[in-house]
Amino acid sequence: MNWGSLDSFLAMGGYGLYVWGSYAVAALCIAAELWLLARRARRAERTQ
Amino acid sequence: MTLASESYSIEAEQGGRGSLLLRYAAPQAFYPLAGKMMPWFGALAALFAVAGLYVGFFVAPTDAQQGEAYRVIFIHVPAAWMSMFLYVIMASWAALGLVLNTRLSGMMASALAPTGAMFTFLALWTGALWGKPTWGTWWVWDARLTSELILLFLYIGFIALTNAIDDPRRADRAGAVLAIVGVINIPIIYFSVQWWNTLHQGASVSLTRAPSMAATMLTGMLLMALAAWMYSIAAALWRVRSIILERERDAEWIQGRRGQE
Repeated sequence: MNWGSLDSFLAMGGYGLYVWGSYAVAALCIAAELWLLARRARRAERTQ
Repeated sequence: MTLASESYSIEAEQGGRGSLLLRYAAPQAFYPLAGKMMPWFGALAALFAVAGLYVGFFVAPTDAQQGEAYRVIFIHVPAAWMSMFLYVIMASWAALGLVLNTRLSGMMASALAPTGAMFTFLALWTGALWGKPTWGTWWVWDARLTSELILLFLYIGFIALTNAIDDPRRADRAGAVLAIVGVINIPIIYFSVQWWNTLHQGASVSLTRAPSMAATMLTGMLLMALAAWMYSIAAALWRVRSIILERERDAEWIQGRRGQE
């Protein structure tokens, strides 16, 4: 276990912005792609 | 569309008599198979991601030189690997389509491009966020970063070109030429850190020597890389299903499918 508290986990030794900025944007990109995939699948099904 | 559906039924017939591989080369046969495989790859992606993030954040120790900033590695390296792998796979499908004129090949190439572009963007984005605290700059025009940016433009160019041509078979062929020419960029990205004096560090993992990192760090990175693989396969399968439906709208099997539902 690396982290004594939630605060120290979020702080990432002072690099929180860089570390969480990376993971947050990655999560956003994946969520966006999944949303686009679902939308495209719905439309492809509907317009048959 | 009569021509297209005729050629499709010939292909399907040949596939039916031929090998298993050829059978699934017909979009009609691949569509349900992709639907069955998709949730498995999606579930594996989620499992590997949870395991990788756990190891990356709770097991792997703080880096002696970079402190906690190095934890960007668990998303950066898998994204960068995927950006290159997916391009090679996309170009291989495209080349296969050019040589064998199979329709599914072009569809697979088109299905991979957006996911590849996303991972390329993520490699650049996370690289910038990692570069700032460790190098003191978000961006530098060195060989590794520049060639990775060119990769992003290649993906975007492929998507734009194939979308700009109305006839899907012609779009596939034009895209294939672009994708194949662009493959030259992949070894340039990979070897850039050896060929030129770059700010970017050399490979942390290579086949020829022991990895230059702690075992738990490596484990976290490899788990995340597996998650990225599984995710990419699931996303490509999902997208190719939509592409099949979009392109084969008038084919008999889709019309029949509609009647059943």
